[in-house]
Amino acid sequence: MKKMLIALIAFAFTSTSSFAGPKIEVLHWWTSGGEAAALKVLKDDFAANGGEWLDMPVTGGGGDAANVALKARIVAGDPPSASQIKGPTIQEYDQEGVVAPYNIDPIAQSEGWDGLLDPMIAAVHKCQNNSGPYCAAPVNIHRIDWMWANKAVFDANGISVPTSWDELNAAAEKLQAAGIIPFAHGGQAWQDATVFEAVAMGIGGNNYYKNCYVDLKETCLRSETTVKVFDQMRKLQGFTDEGSPGRDWNVATGMVIEGKAGFQIMGDWAKGEFTAAGKVPGVDYYCAATPSNNGYLYNVDSFIFYKTSDPDKQEGQKLLAKLMMGKNFQKVFNLYKGSIPARLDVPMDEFDKCAKTSNSDIKTAGASGGLVPSFAHGMAQGNTMKAALQDVITEHFNSDMSSVDAANALADSVLDNM
Amino acid sequence: MLKWLEKNLPKIVMAPAVGLIGWFVYGFVLWTLYISFTNSKILPKYELWGVGQYVKLWGSRKWLIAVDNLLIFTALFLIFCVVIGIILAIFLDQKIRAEGVLRTIYLYPMALSFIVTGTAWKWILNPTLGIQKMFIDWGFENFTFDWLVNREMAIYTIVIAGVWQSAGFVMALFLAGLRSVEDEIVKAAKIDGANLFTVYWKILLPMMRPVFFTSFVILVHISIKSYDLIVALTQGGPGISTTMPALYMTQTAFHKSQVGLSAASAMMMFMAVAAVIIPYLYSELRRENAR
Repeated sequence: MKKMLIALIAFAFTSTSSFAGPKIEVLHWWTSGGEAAALKVLKDDFAANGGEWLDMPVTGGGGDAANVALKARIVAGDPPSASQIKGPTIQEYDQEGVVAPYNIDPIAQSEGWDGLLDPMIAAVHKCQNNSGPYCAAPVNIHRIDWMWANKAVFDANGISVPTSWDELNAAAEKLQAAGIIPFAHGGQAWQDATVFEAVAMGIGGNNYYKNCYVDLKETCLRSETTVKVFDQMRKLQGFTDEGSPGRDWNVATGMVIEGKAGFQIMGDWAKGEFTAAGKVPGVDYYCAATPSNNGYLYNVDSFIFYKTSDPDKQEGQKLLAKLMMGKNFQKVFNLYKGSIPARLDVPMDEFDKCAKTSNSDIKTAGASGGLVPSFAHGMAQGNTMKAALQDVITEHFNSDMSSVDAANALADSVLDNM
Repeated sequence: MLKWLEKNLPKIVMAPAVGLIGWFVYGFVLWTLYISFTNSKILPKYELWGVGQYVKLWGSRKWLIAVDNLLIFTALFLIFCVVIGIILAIFLDQKIRAEGVLRTIYLYPMALSFIVTGTAWKWILNPTLGIQKMFIDWGFENFTFDWLVNREMAIYTIVIAGVWQSAGFVMALFLAGLRSVEDEIVKAAKIDGANLFTVYWKILLPMMRPVFFTSFVILVHISIKSYDLIVALTQGGPGISTTMPALYMTQTAFHKSQVGLSAASAMMMFMAVAAVIIPYLYSELRRENAR
């Protein structure tokens, strides 16, 4: 609140000054160590190009507080120049008529974003029905379907990285018999959904995933395959410990790092916890994709640009869009953040083993049709549908609901929110 | 001039406050009411849409779970707070030593924010960290106390934490009430041969009617608004089993991008609070007018 006030005061003062040149006001929640350091790179770049950066950081609740602040600003008719918004929410904001694609689209065309991004990821950032001008700029790609495993624990129990869900179950049973918690999991709705989508893509396959969770086909949601996915979720639930419900994801990661638990299924931000603990991929821990047929669940962070009549700010939006998609920022930012660059031509030399795997897998997946958007992280569906799916998944995972009932409840919940 | 000022000064001083409250409380209540009749999704929209949001709200499983939880929580929270509060107040009323210290101890939880209470109880009740682990470590291998992670029982853990927080406050209310009763009444009853139990049960507690009423109003509106305690303790989980209306409201507005639906749920909560507060205000005002 205080920061916001300061930002607003700063804004009030600077807007009366006679500065002429690119200017940008950015609402974001990248305030923690690595993210703040990465953002500083962008700020410095922006200043070096003669721009003026008005920072509006809003911390708290993983973006919840920023979301509230953003809505208040939009309702008041004074949106920031740019803010963090992702997935289909980009199009939802455009339908509200507050987004200004026309300022950044010329940059996207002249910089050739269509050629730099995977077509699926490019589509998410365009305004109307995934076509037309660019509304937003992507900064990174997170992979969701990762399995983080403690190598020492796996070695001691004679387990190698599982390549099928049956192997994974067998490995978990082995760990359980050895008195180790097999599956470190935090029982929060979004974490349940994160695991669910990895299972759905793995067991159902890429086309099943697209039919069910991207296109929301009722027959698919009620199908035998969905029942199998819920069966596997029930098995995974049996591999968690009693303290799991409500646990934060990083606490679960800590259990894997300490060797109290075997593995965790979580997006690549979990890597930051291993790195902070001084662990090395391939030596201390495994980062492996969860079993699937060359699938890749992506989650992209983006910035959208709002309408403004101030020519300085329009210039600022153009400059920011250009720098955000620039090789330098994409590399440095993602080195800090644990994700990989959204543009696929950034050299990966300085990245670690996990990021390199992610970068090569996304190319394979893109070519074979396995590149699918994460619904748990708001890439496949808007917020309403995401919550509709998530509610059922978490209810099933935390109760004794049968898999058939869960599949039907999933379809009903989707239909209710259509 | 001076006379006019003297006469109107209170009104002038009060005017800004009345204006601000009028706008920021009642103005926004009306705004929310209006939004609840629109089809607002990610941002507020102003075309009227009818009662669709209310129909949707009462067809939503999650909302029905939230209402059920509210009824369970309110009933138990009220009963336990009042019963424990009265018992503590009666004990403290026995002119015991160190009353000041004990009173402070019981009242102290009230000084904490619900977030702190929720977080502390989350650790105490967590089966792998708290009470259960303690007993198992002491050698009671089969001891289980897993209410927090059991979806049938989790709502009761919220009651435990809520009662722990608020029972001391009810105690203070009753203690003040008991102290305000004139000694003569108790003495007279004792002369007539009433024992201590009868004195409290038949004479003093019936005299506490206004205190019961005040506790009821305060506790019920705390429970309808309860949000922070749930966020800290269970986040509505396991699954969605401990969702409460206030949590539903914020999740619907800011996570589900359903501003209209969220406004409808806010209005339902507003009406529930009004149903409790208005009779209270009415009876209070009537009593004042009667004086």
